[in-house]
Amino acid sequence: MNAIEVRGLTKRFGQFTAVDHIDFDVKQGEIFGFLGANGAGKSTTIRMLCGLLSSTEGTARVGGFDINTDPHSVKQSIGYMSQKFSLYEDLTVEENIDFFGRVYGITESALKERKAWVLDIANLHGREKSITGTLSGGWKQRLALGCAVLHRPRIVFLDEPTSGVDPVMRRKFWELINELSADGVTVLVTTHFLEEAEYCNDIILINAGKIIASGSPKELKRDHIKHPILEVHCSDVVRAMERIEEEPWAVETSIFGTTIHVNVENEQQGRDAITSLLHRNGITVNGIERITPSLEDVFIYLLEHGGGKG
Amino acid sequence: MQALSISTVSKTFGTITAVDALSLTVERGEMFALVGPDGSGKTTTIRMLCGIVKPDSGTVTVLDYDVQKQKEEVKRRIGYLSQRFSLYGDLTIDENIEFFAEIHKVRGYKQRRDELLEFTRLTPFRDRLADKLSGGMKQKLALACTLIHTPDIIFLDEPTTGVDPVSRRDFWKVLSALLKTGITIIMTTPYLDEAERCSRVALMNDGKILLTDTPAGLKQHMNGEVVEIVCSDIRRSFALLKPNPSVLEVQAFGDRLNIVVRSAAADVPGILSFLASNSVEVSDWRTVRPSLENVFISLLTDRREA
Repeated sequence: MNAIEVRGLTKRFGQFTAVDHIDFDVKQGEIFGFLGANGAGKSTTIRMLCGLLSSTEGTARVGGFDINTDPHSVKQSIGYMSQKFSLYEDLTVEENIDFFGRVYGITESALKERKAWVLDIANLHGREKSITGTLSGGWKQRLALGCAVLHRPRIVFLDEPTSGVDPVMRRKFWELINELSADGVTVLVTTHFLEEAEYCNDIILINAGKIIASGSPKELKRDHIKHPILEVHCSDVVRAMERIEEEPWAVETSIFGTTIHVNVENEQQGRDAITSLLHRNGITVNGIERITPSLEDVFIYLLEHGGGKG
Repeated sequence: MQALSISTVSKTFGTITAVDALSLTVERGEMFALVGPDGSGKTTTIRMLCGIVKPDSGTVTVLDYDVQKQKEEVKRRIGYLSQRFSLYGDLTIDENIEFFAEIHKVRGYKQRRDELLEFTRLTPFRDRLADKLSGGMKQKLALACTLIHTPDIIFLDEPTTGVDPVSRRDFWKVLSALLKTGITIIMTTPYLDEAERCSRVALMNDGKILLTDTPAGLKQHMNGEVVEIVCSDIRRSFALLKPNPSVLEVQAFGDRLNIVVRSAAADVPGILSFLASNSVEVSDWRTVRPSLENVFISLLTDRREA
């Protein structure tokens, strides 16, 4: 069964179409990445899927409930967390957990057990009385996730949950998401970190309210990267980049540490052209290797060539 | 030639040692990144380099000037883009840059302003109010303001945090182009894929630098090897491998697992048979190049467990 089914979902604000006839399914227990630039329509879609906003056209079923006709049941079956709005900064850790417990109508005895679980996953035992605002980003994040799933929802929406969290804490946060998913919880997540999109089973990319690509990370890389990316190891990278970017065969050039990444039309011709160009300019080439594109490469390509606004 | 050097610099705030006997040298023309977890001392270090925060001990030299004794000389030659950079929302792009030109007493700034707008591709929007700009455009405008007095070094504190991927890529294009002018760039970033773009990276933790090297050099410090395993039932395999003593780290991706082991040759056969005995089907495995994130997690985990 699908946890979420979206059909022709559309939202207009006056003349402006924020979400434009989108369709997708999210399978039970999967981690689903919902990606797009700022203003692409992600937040509007999530607010509709959470039953907070009705659609102008089309509909969606979340956990089997229709978002337009039964938003109350939708709200009860989901958890929602965002970086910005989830916790009360001036309440203590424990007061935040109690607050969410009451909102979700959890009984005293169940709440006691769930509170211990939240303190456990957030590693906050002994800090129950700390003011939430004084916790660092990573701890706050785990507490927010704990509060969002306090009532054991089967579907969780995470809106940029790791923004502003350092790499080590981010890794630990994703371990938690994986554990939820292993328990059969469906997770729909938006993120600005495209490295994190690699953790997802399936992804959709939206731009100007429309879906412009969908698939697993592997499928997206296979289907959408038209230009091979060559990593060039050479002396004097700044001067080498200046020379290469003047050439018509270099689709895109950027410095990467002590190397240069060049998107070329054709791998072999690109290798030959780079070698002879740099040789003519007295720059030593120490190696050229073809690299796997990142999801970021795929998305930049799609947004610049494939989709919507251009 | 050296752009800056700091030698055994420390800074405490109350009982917290933010920066602990730190030493560092950056050459002219480098793009240098300070990377580390929250509270590792990155921002304090940048602020001491700019002369905004006074170190308790040690010396900070920027462009051969003593930052504490020759503040004005230093200020004229550096630019600083803080995390909470504020533009004037009710002023246009042009007016914001003009304002910064006046603060820095730049005479005849108009040509420089035109160049910077071209360079950041903001020329078509120059009459727009800053409040009406997208996050990515605001970031580029803030950079243009930081560059109006033609500094030799710029300090960028998490310049791309909260900026979407397309704008982030655009911002990096601008930084790459800046390097061609010979400027030195020192930045902090929580994005390890961005650190890969820098010529050298310092990994900070608890106010100290654990390592400084090129991204390729840092990868030599990886403890163990990264092995990618393509298998059935990713989440269950993740849970199975997590407590396994020969698996140092495990990461679950949508369609594969990445594990860190001491030695692929020695450890992988045992892991494969362990997975097989739990009826997980492994369709493929290979060792892969570690990412900077792998290296950092491995180094920081060693520290925390030590």
